[in-house]
Amino acid sequence: MHPTHPSPVRVLALSGAVAWFTVLAGTTAAAEAVRFNRDIRPILSDNCFACHGPDEDDRGGDLRLDVRSEAIADRGGTHAILPGKPEESEILRRILSHDADEVMPPPRAKKQKLTAAHIDLVRRWIREGAVYQNHWAFEPLELVSPPAAAAAGPAAAWARTPIDQFILARLREEGLAPSPPADRAVLLRRVWLDLVGLQPSRQELESFLRDESPDAYERVVDRLLASPHYGERWGRHWLDQARYADSNGYSIDAARAMWPWRDWVIDALNRDMPFDRFTIEQLAGDLLPQANRLQRIATGFHRNTMINQEGGTKPEQFRSEAVVDRVNTTGAVWLGLTVGCAQCHSHKYDPLTHKEYFQLFGFFNSDTDINNVGDSVEVVQGEITGTPGAVSRAELDMAERAIVATRSGVRDRLEAWLAAWPSIEPDAPGPANAWTAVTPPAAPLPGTTLEEDGVTLAIEGTPVRRTLVIPLPVGTAAVTAIRLEMPAAEVDGTLRRSHAKDDLFVLNAASLTGPTGDLPLMAAFATAERPKFAAAAIVDGRPETGWSVAAQDPAAEAAVVLVPRTPIPADTAVSLRLEFAAGGSQLPRRLRIETTGDPQLVPLDVAARDTLGAAIIASRAAEEGPREADVLKAFAVVDRAQHAAVFDRDALRRRAQIGQTMVMKSLPQPRQTFLHLRGDYLNPDLKLGPLAPDTPAFLPPLAADTPAAPSGTPTRLDLARWLVRPDNPLTPRVTVNRVWMRYFGAGLVETENDFGTQGSMPTHPELLDWLAGEFVRGGWSLKKLHRLIVTTATYRQASVQRDDLAARDPRNLLLGRQNRIRLDAEVVRDTALKAADLLSADIGGPSVYPPQPEGVYAFTQAGKPWPTATGPQRYRRSLYTQFYRSAPHPLFTTFDAPNFSVSCTRRLPSNTPLQSLMLANDVIFVEAAAALGDRVAALPGPDDRRIDAMFELCLARRPTAQERAASGDFLRSQTAAGGAAAMPWRTLARGLINTDNFVTRE
Amino acid sequence: MACDMTGRPQRELQSQQLLHQTRRQFFTGAGVGIGTIALAEMLRGESGTAAAAGRATEPLAVREPHFPPRAKRVIFLFMAGGPSQFELFADKPKLRELNGQAPPESLMRGRQFAFLKGNEKLLGSKRKFSRHGQSGMEVSELLPHTAGIADELCWVRSVTTDVFNHAPAKLFMNTGFQAPGRPALGAWVTYGLGSPSRDLPGFVVLQSGPRGPRGGSTLWSSGFLPSTYQGVPFRSQGDAILDLQSPAGVSSRQQRELFDFVRQLNEDRLTVTGDPEIQTRINAYEMAYRMQTSAPELMDLSAESAATLTAYGAVPGKPSFANNCLLARRLVERGVRFVQLYHTNWDHHGGGENLEGELERVTREVDQPGAALVQDLRQRGLLDDTLVVWGGEFGRTPMGELRAPVGRDHHVEGFTMWFAGGGTRPGAIIGATDELGLGVVEDKVHVHDINATLLHLLGFDHERLTYRFQGRDFRLTDVHGEVVQAMLA
Repeated sequence: MHPTHPSPVRVLALSGAVAWFTVLAGTTAAAEAVRFNRDIRPILSDNCFACHGPDEDDRGGDLRLDVRSEAIADRGGTHAILPGKPEESEILRRILSHDADEVMPPPRAKKQKLTAAHIDLVRRWIREGAVYQNHWAFEPLELVSPPAAAAAGPAAAWARTPIDQFILARLREEGLAPSPPADRAVLLRRVWLDLVGLQPSRQELESFLRDESPDAYERVVDRLLASPHYGERWGRHWLDQARYADSNGYSIDAARAMWPWRDWVIDALNRDMPFDRFTIEQLAGDLLPQANRLQRIATGFHRNTMINQEGGTKPEQFRSEAVVDRVNTTGAVWLGLTVGCAQCHSHKYDPLTHKEYFQLFGFFNSDTDINNVGDSVEVVQGEITGTPGAVSRAELDMAERAIVATRSGVRDRLEAWLAAWPSIEPDAPGPANAWTAVTPPAAPLPGTTLEEDGVTLAIEGTPVRRTLVIPLPVGTAAVTAIRLEMPAAEVDGTLRRSHAKDDLFVLNAASLTGPTGDLPLMAAFATAERPKFAAAAIVDGRPETGWSVAAQDPAAEAAVVLVPRTPIPADTAVSLRLEFAAGGSQLPRRLRIETTGDPQLVPLDVAARDTLGAAIIASRAAEEGPREADVLKAFAVVDRAQHAAVFDRDALRRRAQIGQTMVMKSLPQPRQTFLHLRGDYLNPDLKLGPLAPDTPAFLPPLAADTPAAPSGTPTRLDLARWLVRPDNPLTPRVTVNRVWMRYFGAGLVETENDFGTQGSMPTHPELLDWLAGEFVRGGWSLKKLHRLIVTTATYRQASVQRDDLAARDPRNLLLGRQNRIRLDAEVVRDTALKAADLLSADIGGPSVYPPQPEGVYAFTQAGKPWPTATGPQRYRRSLYTQFYRSAPHPLFTTFDAPNFSVSCTRRLPSNTPLQSLMLANDVIFVEAAAALGDRVAALPGPDDRRIDAMFELCLARRPTAQERAASGDFLRSQTAAGGAAAMPWRTLARGLINTDNFVTRE
Repeated sequence: MACDMTGRPQRELQSQQLLHQTRRQFFTGAGVGIGTIALAEMLRGESGTAAAAGRATEPLAVREPHFPPRAKRVIFLFMAGGPSQFELFADKPKLRELNGQAPPESLMRGRQFAFLKGNEKLLGSKRKFSRHGQSGMEVSELLPHTAGIADELCWVRSVTTDVFNHAPAKLFMNTGFQAPGRPALGAWVTYGLGSPSRDLPGFVVLQSGPRGPRGGSTLWSSGFLPSTYQGVPFRSQGDAILDLQSPAGVSSRQQRELFDFVRQLNEDRLTVTGDPEIQTRINAYEMAYRMQTSAPELMDLSAESAATLTAYGAVPGKPSFANNCLLARRLVERGVRFVQLYHTNWDHHGGGENLEGELERVTREVDQPGAALVQDLRQRGLLDDTLVVWGGEFGRTPMGELRAPVGRDHHVEGFTMWFAGGGTRPGAIIGATDELGLGVVEDKVHVHDINATLLHLLGFDHERLTYRFQGRDFRLTDVHGEVVQAMLA
């Protein structure tokens, strides 16, 4: 760290006038020393570095101007730059030249000529010794103290925090004053929208307006930071950077389940996980010692890359694309750099070389996924955070343990069974169940007749019927299994089993209903099965699948045994419902039903019985002794206890909300990384040879004491730790700058995604470093950082425009007032739902499907499943909306969310007629307006009071007198039009939802 | 249309004064909010501050390009899936002669294909070709109408792209890059030129065929440009634009009253805050209201003459490529800058999607309407400055793909596109492939070159139409692209 070292700017600020309204007589640039980073680097970077910069492949005249030693080198008697002597410096001569062959920049560069002011700066800089500085952003953080507070006067009263001292000092340099605080209601809505993405309720507004205590605002801030909705709001910003989506991208774009990772983010932010840990777990949680499930789930950050499922793709190509994306995203999110340029050649402006790019690539080049799901972790809703789902992780775990437990008793059950089956020889029949034929009721069942034997049902082919419901007689003992046999019938001299032409029947489903509801069936065994028509399909819960036997041999036995999860108790009336294939003709001609009370399943299934018998015989005959494992495996097929445990687990899983979330996993042996010539993965630079993963030379080195991975190659974990090491200057600067940007519409470094030499300089360099320092010193706590910023006087200012500011600081870079900021897509919808009291407060879980207009998929390769939600799921917060990259919900495309193919560090807001159409006509907002209108119409009191209520619900403020009058007029004109009493209120609600104010944070 | 006139003159005056004031502030650089952000982006992206400032307040205001344009608007007929040049435009007797033989090893080296496994054989086309017009362009029997206007078209038979999977290749053709995230040609053009239409978006996308194009909305994305410039899909059934219709039970008069009320509240807020962004929103609502009437009027083809409908083969109410071609003309007549039609499906691998009946069906669907569009534009005097583009994301292989019936795989080299009007040279035939059609032997034209040329015709130096994003000046042609001089009239 550099020692504190007051810069000229700060000296100026510290010695500034006492009265903060004093207008300084414009700082005279001429008097000040030229500084390389502020004055010269931008000129050289814009005009010279493309050819005379870091890119070694594209360098003109073998001259580089970004490195002093090379720029001042003696080049056969001339010097590009001769410190102290501008007139002898070649660059000035060339810049001033009128000769088209000599002038710089050359005409083919298509650059403008340097301005006289720029030329003058370059001249003075050379005269003053041509002193270079490293690019500011790559220099260590400066240890800065805030400017001293004004002792008295309006400034002292205005400033609340050190941040305000920085802002104030800079404003005073320009002779500007800050703005007064925003109206309290506006401020309350602002901080709510910024921290939790919602507007305050009427009660919250009222109690804040009434609260005159000096810390009323701070208490609101603390409450909001403690709210679980904070993690949703700030999680969304992080999801943007992580290019989170619920689909794979490219053309097929099938759904994926990354929501557990999304929930991890929400939870981590709500718990205020320190940002350094937040970084390490997401980039390399799987590589931490004794990594737990949550840490593995965290690595989903880099599994948000796309997967191309299109036919004919080369997996290695898209693996390489994903790695490139991981490198570029890491560069953008943590370093604020466009490292992607160096994928094809050395960076033109920043000192990142082509080789260094692939050294970064090396960190991400040794994972198992290859354009596929790869490694994943199963997560149940509510397991990580938020509202629990129907089934908890504990229940699922218990069900799994029950399966294991039943296995431990398997030997006893096998022994018991063997005892009942004394002779196991190849031809000896095993013990048979005692099957009892069921006598169908005397009254004929519709569509059937009872045959002479009194037990076999003849089923009519017509009229077409696909469902048979057969009451089973009340028994004196419990029933453990039901057997259905479909004997063939003789028709015109041939045996026919089915009514269908091809003599096939299909039994789709069977169920048992008793007096207290359904008795679930857990297994089905058949004497024979046709391929793809297994007996298990009868009980799989899917009506479109079923059991069938081949038609070749109608004389063979066709029977299936159905096993209820729990035996049917004695003295209980149940009915058996059978569903045959749609179309009806695939009905069997005859049906016989039998039951048994045998406690074991064996030998219900003939095939399984034979398999088991064979396994026992083979085991006994084996030379190396009995093979118990084979026998147990065969026994498992007919073991009731195991079936029951598996059935219970599967039934639970069907009810549970489960996501298989993708995670990172390293290969045991790292891949070799080569430089890709021109960025082409098929073109490795074999001459250069394999590259070890490493960090760029212009930043602090990867620590030598890094605990080496077993392979000896630096890993993602080493990279992650390096990113958040105290001497890495970029991560804290970039992070605090982005947080700042959310609060003011622009960062202190306006190019929040480019901290390189082409990016803009910070407007308040000392403030940036002080804030970054505070962030690190505060243990990387994001919540502390938020509190620090939103409690400033700077943040609390009014956003109203001022003529004096417009004249002196037209883009409001110095923050003499707040900015009005268009709400994000999600917030637009969420606030409408909250105003209408429709919004669900549930947190986390699988993504949901709120309504969307018809025709969204008219333009995609395939329609996407969109089971429009009803009930509370229809009104979940918008960040939970299923996001298909190739066809996002129109809310997002209309309100400027990108398609998240790549990292998005800042959304660029627009203001379009499509937004107007959506707010005015879309079902989301029409529904919200209707509910809001009804809500307000139901309030007591005169219309003016209700108009006030509607403004409070929508905009969290009272209307102005003018607005109240206009609303009253509008309401009366709508009432005069007739219709239901609530209609005018609904229309008024539509009106407010469509105002600019509604979609703008003021 | 009933308007609430209460207090309007007074209010109007205030609003005008304020607007004038905010405009003035803007041109001295005093913007805020979205305008400011957009402005900031622009200022970093280009040097002409006046143009940039204009763009911030009026994102679709008409702007002048770098030099006088030959084309003022574009209709891009995108043949999604990759039409087979061997059945349509590239007669290869040698291929027919070697039908069933393995391709020469030397030619196959270094080439990659999506589905071919290596044992495929050369496949001669069954289609009959003849030369047409004075240009003598070879066109097969499958495209009789197109063949009939061969001399009006500018043919490029050597188009080459970089990628052989559908979605990446479609993105490449549209955005110059194979992964999503960059602006489409239509977005660049509307960004550069604005759009004269006051009632309709500047960049409109239409779709016909059994399904949408692979890649979906990323194909007409504005990428890092403001969303104002993204393509707006117009549906051929139901509402043309999502949320175009007022909610059920709301009459046009009621909608107008609502919009007037909203305007009033917005003007009040403009007075309080002085934020010019509110004026932009007021304008957006006015355009939205106009769209609600203009879009249904646009989509209603019943006003077209029977002769026109017959020429296109269009049937009102029955979605088709023909209807979309006619709509494209109606759109450009109404000032829309860029219209893109996607037609599926040209992916004739064989099997279900084969070179027999399936190819005949799709050629029948597009041949007559495409030719009719060119002729219709000419008759209306629009062809001179309207550029029509016809082509897919890649072509197909000279080898057959082993499916029944046989088909062809994706091929990135030497496919054919045609262009009409907008300053392209009629009757020009550019480029040639080898006798098997595997590689280009004359005047290779890369997708970047096509895009450079299209921008050139629209008055842009493709190297100077740039946008600064994440520290880099991006352009449609990346770091490539040469204007194809032979295509220029």
